[in-house]
Amino acid sequence: MKYIIACLFLFSLSLTGISQTPTALKQIKGGTLAPLYGLDSGKVWVDDFQLDEFAVTNQQYLDFVEKYPEWQKSKVKSIFADGNYLVDWQGDLQLGKGMNSNSPITNVSWFAAKAYCACQDKRLPSVDEWELAAKASESNPNAEYDSLFNQRIIESYETPNTYAKTVGSTYKNFWGVSDMHGLVWEWTSDFNSVLISGESRQDGDADRNLFCAGAAITASNLRDYAAFMRYAFRGSIKADYNIRNLGFRCAKSK
Amino acid sequence: MKFKYIIQLVSLVLLVILFACQKQTDTKEHYICPMRCEEHKTYDQPGTCPVCKMDLVKVSSIEEPVVDEDGISDKSIFNLTSEWKTQNNETIHLNDLKGKVMVVVMIYTSCEAACPRLVADMRNIYAKVDNPDVDFLLVSIDPEKDTPEKLKAYAREEHLVGEQWILLQGGMDDVREFSNVLSMKYKKISPIDFSHTNIISVFDKNGVLHYQQEGLGVSNDKLVEEVKKLSN
Repeated sequence: MKYIIACLFLFSLSLTGISQTPTALKQIKGGTLAPLYGLDSGKVWVDDFQLDEFAVTNQQYLDFVEKYPEWQKSKVKSIFADGNYLVDWQGDLQLGKGMNSNSPITNVSWFAAKAYCACQDKRLPSVDEWELAAKASESNPNAEYDSLFNQRIIESYETPNTYAKTVGSTYKNFWGVSDMHGLVWEWTSDFNSVLISGESRQDGDADRNLFCAGAAITASNLRDYAAFMRYAFRGSIKADYNIRNLGFRCAKSK
Repeated sequence: MKFKYIIQLVSLVLLVILFACQKQTDTKEHYICPMRCEEHKTYDQPGTCPVCKMDLVKVSSIEEPVVDEDGISDKSIFNLTSEWKTQNNETIHLNDLKGKVMVVVMIYTSCEAACPRLVADMRNIYAKVDNPDVDFLLVSIDPEKDTPEKLKAYAREEHLVGEQWILLQGGMDDVREFSNVLSMKYKKISPIDFSHTNIISVFDKNGVLHYQQEGLGVSNDKLVEEVKKLSN
């Protein structure tokens, strides 16, 4: 509730022109998606939605913590972010040395990303929404079976330190959304719906599809090695983690 | 002449104070592995943990939880501001539950495989703990279907009677947030089924997570012991 009031306050501020222009939202046309694994029925319907053109930048995040001191490095509550939160920043309101203000913000927790989007009157995209938007190449809304496109994604995963690049520096996809691959990995609202982790291996109904080659043949698209990596990554993180190559962008229901 | 002595004396005193202060801060800080790889072993110098190679952190930064104006610890779930409905259709916030040890599990009522066993575990723990100052929380991961009425019927069916049993329905987002606080995972896999991890969590009277039991069919003894320790 506190956040909502704070957000309303920000909103009124933004009307007076103090706040920076928000990232433009791009329309994503909904459709069916075959998530990598985990569904009985195999396909899921994703409604039309809107997605930020760019990942949230260091500068935008700095503006955010200026307005919401509870998300500053020294003030954030430890239930919402572990010790690596904004770890490279020099102070509460100072980016790290040599940090590019137009690079994507990283080392932020899921709670922080969620709060940021809520304050923009947006939300985090779901895993399905994110995957739907991310499977578009420059020219094709569904490049799932485009081997060159997939190859490029894998190569971008192999490139180190891409988080230091400027947003918009990779490619703009069919929907007009930039850098879905090649910059940073991104938080999704229900990332913890991927059931692989230490504890899930002991559990009866946990999903082992991502672990064992044997089970992996039940996955929907065996060629999509990059998707395996993304799902495995999501399954291995916790909401208070802050990781150097993990940022986020916001979405909005249509 | 006298004046000069005073100046010298004062500066000497200042110097001593300065060094005294410095020394104090030097000896006060200890460093510890954030993952507690070596349990409670501390170091005098910053560095990396020899086991997991993570940077050591200041002991003071973890052992004295920061408490805000309302007396809520930094690590407390009472920092969550979400609204919930109980099986009696009462609207509550998590911090209304302050002051009691809580045993928490996330389930859904149409679940046929794991949840009945988790709930049986909860009943078991309830019987073993046998203390009116402990609350037992069941939070639904299917808030669309698990209305207060449905939760009430479920409580009756499963013999979860008495004020200590609290079944909660929340917003989709709030349930997701809550699951993230417990590091619990779930996914809707069909219109009626979810896959989920099986975790029972223990929170102390201030809402700080203390212990988690993972998996099905594991012994409750350690969890019961923790609850008893916290509620005494």
